[in-house]
Amino acid sequence: MKFAVKAWSSGSARTGLLQLGNCPSPIETPALLLSTRKGLPYFIAPDLLPSLPSPDSHLLQISPIHFLEGLSPKTISNVGGLHQMLGLPEYGFAAVARDSLQCLPECNSTNKHGASFETPCGRLLIKPVDYLELINSMRPNIWATLADEVPAWVSDKRNKTSVDRTVRWLDECISLSSAGGAVLGSIVGGSSVEERERCAQEVARRNVTGYLIGGFGLGESMDERPALLNAATAILQDEKPRMVCGLGLPEEVLQGVAAGIDLFNSEYIYHLTLGGFALAFPLGGIKISVSKPDPSDIGNDRSKINLRATVYRKDTSPIVEDCSCYTCQNHTKAYINHLLNVHEMLAQILLEIHNTHHYLEFFKSIREAIKAGEFEQFRNRFIESRRDHLALAAVA
Amino acid sequence: MALRFEVIGRFNRARAANLTLPHFVCQTPLFMPVGTQGTIKGLTTNQLEEIGCQIVLGNTYHLALRPTSELIDELGGLHKFMNWPRALLTDSGGFQMVSLLHLADITEKGVTFQSPVDGKPMLLTPEESIQIQNRIGADIIMALDDVVKTTITGPRIEEAMYRTLRWIDRCIAAHKRPNEQNLFGIVQGGLDPVLRDKCVRGLVDRNLPGYAIGGLAGGEDKDSFWRVVAQCTAALPEDKPRYVMGVGYPLDIVVCSALGADMYDCVYPTRTARFGTALVPEGVLKLKHNAMANDTRPIDPACACMVCKNYTRAYIHCLVTKDAMGSQLLSYHNLYYMMKLSRDLHSSIVEGRFPKFVCEFLQKMFPKGNVPEWVCNAMEVAGIDISSCCAPFISTMSKTMEVKSDKE
Ligand SMILES: [Zn+2]
Ligand SMILES: [Zn+2]
Repeated sequence: MKFAVKAWSSGSARTGLLQLGNCPSPIETPALLLSTRKGLPYFIAPDLLPSLPSPDSHLLQISPIHFLEGLSPKTISNVGGLHQMLGLPEYGFAAVARDSLQCLPECNSTNKHGASFETPCGRLLIKPVDYLELINSMRPNIWATLADEVPAWVSDKRNKTSVDRTVRWLDECISLSSAGGAVLGSIVGGSSVEERERCAQEVARRNVTGYLIGGFGLGESMDERPALLNAATAILQDEKPRMVCGLGLPEEVLQGVAAGIDLFNSEYIYHLTLGGFALAFPLGGIKISVSKPDPSDIGNDRSKINLRATVYRKDTSPIVEDCSCYTCQNHTKAYINHLLNVHEMLAQILLEIHNTHHYLEFFKSIREAIKAGEFEQFRNRFIESRRDHLALAAVA
Repeated sequence: MALRFEVIGRFNRARAANLTLPHFVCQTPLFMPVGTQGTIKGLTTNQLEEIGCQIVLGNTYHLALRPTSELIDELGGLHKFMNWPRALLTDSGGFQMVSLLHLADITEKGVTFQSPVDGKPMLLTPEESIQIQNRIGADIIMALDDVVKTTITGPRIEEAMYRTLRWIDRCIAAHKRPNEQNLFGIVQGGLDPVLRDKCVRGLVDRNLPGYAIGGLAGGEDKDSFWRVVAQCTAALPEDKPRYVMGVGYPLDIVVCSALGADMYDCVYPTRTARFGTALVPEGVLKLKHNAMANDTRPIDPACACMVCKNYTRAYIHCLVTKDAMGSQLLSYHNLYYMMKLSRDLHSSIVEGRFPKFVCEFLQKMFPKGNVPEWVCNAMEVAGIDISSCCAPFISTMSKTMEVKSDKE
């Protein structure tokens, strides 16, 4: 893996290029990693993946722990690792132990031996040695070291322990690694700026390719996040990529970008898709237009629309008029509304395609704003337009 | 009549044809996947085109409930609604009512049933069924028939057959779009050859664009099943398509095609996929089975589909019945398998190697030569020598069986 920062804007926001040996072209950052279940997107079949923007869609996030449900590391290794097993030789895989859906950190059962996770096959304690057995058999392009992630409300003592363990496991993971791949050193520290700094300093001292800033989306408030993110990124080497887990909403992504984060995950899209929501906020770089919301928007916040709403029953327009995704090119809101009403899986397939496409385009406009040196303006316009719509929708 | 049916190849009773429908030129024999609610579970219309699907079946009963035929009509018909450029077929809705609702009752007027929405009694008449199907706009629509379980015997079978004949006239009279939609009549008569014969003759007199053989695939024994098919296909006109309703096991399709049938539909390939079962030349492969966990072969090494080209049994094993992707990938493979079977039937008949194809098919499915007796009997009537793939004792047994001959 090669990474280079190309441009800066508004202080810490940055664009860069991430090069992976097997991906035909470099991927621009800030980038979105597509969330997967066992390596494939939840509903987008592999033959539909090429319809998404390329190479933007070529980074997939994977939780090795998903495979404990039925595949042994030996079999994964026999098949030839992740790329071979998933039939996606030109895609990049980033392995992170946890996800936000079916593999959640369970800090009360985590102990000095390993990290505990709630999974569909019960509570699992994963030791660094177990984790690295999976990583070594899967051979992802990028992998993050095992972390002891704790929610914002734990005691200072527990939070300190989490930093100590995460740093110790980092050394263990690196020493057990045999398959190569870029190592992201996990950084935790909960809601304590001091602990975030301490962890970042320890990790920055080690031989890692990049960083995974974890422990977000675990009960901290949105207001305290910038200080926690900046505490870490200020210490980290500029030329190494930084990934964050747990920031999903557009506003959260913008918060992360402002703090100098390069890689984001996309479980937000899965939640939208399951809820029957489609992203519909205006794209188009810094020229976000603020149009009046129409009455049908009640109940929507304009960033997304609820396709279950009866107002779409006879709506023969696509989700977003000028969207070039497979869904919008082929199907109407009325059809998706029907599919949701009758609980047909095609609804989720079409929504995941559109939502992924739309979010990848959002990341593209973020990158363009940074390159133009106008990230802060872009961010303010975006947040203002959302706020205006919320206010207008409230009086409507 | 809004179709053209040109037979382009034959082997004894089997035939391969080009079936030109308003939206697509199909090649028969063909299998139609069931897209109950205006979608095949887990597949996009693009994928369906890619695997060679020619006709998709929609269920009138479900579509009339949601989103309603009026809405489909208002939005330009089902083709446009689901963005499917190729052919569509809708059933009459009657079968679904009888099979899904406990309180369905059939009278001369039509099928009365309790509305699943508000519990009120409702009536589906032949006229209404056709009206709804006219609004949905499929290339082929089905007459409302009086459906009885095949396992029932006695005067009810006779009553249903005569009623089906009376209803066909009401369907024909109600059909408002004969130049855009083809109304198929359905042969009823249970397992009784005399009733089946009367029904076929009655329907043929009406000169319909196509005919279906109904009331089968409902639990009757296989020997009765193929005999009814053989009798009906022999009596139906040569120049019209013949559709065996509800038939979907690959073996049944091969046998029926040998007997001169052209079209089939069944939920089996997609339903069984959702339970983790793959269709393979040897029969079925249960991906849930623990033995699959370490099996690094594709589902079917001979299959050229996207799933078999890329994935191992082991990987599919860890997806099936747990993740949506498991049923998506297996449905894709299973439908690909059915489409490939349809293409192979068509091309082997056209190229004059149909018996060879049948023998190879049977050899893979019954490597020990234990081809079921009913298949042997049916193939004898179809004039296809399968002795090369039958174990000796079975083929002699089938020769000594008395095979009822059809008027040929
Ligand atoms: Zn779209
Ligand atoms: Zn296959």
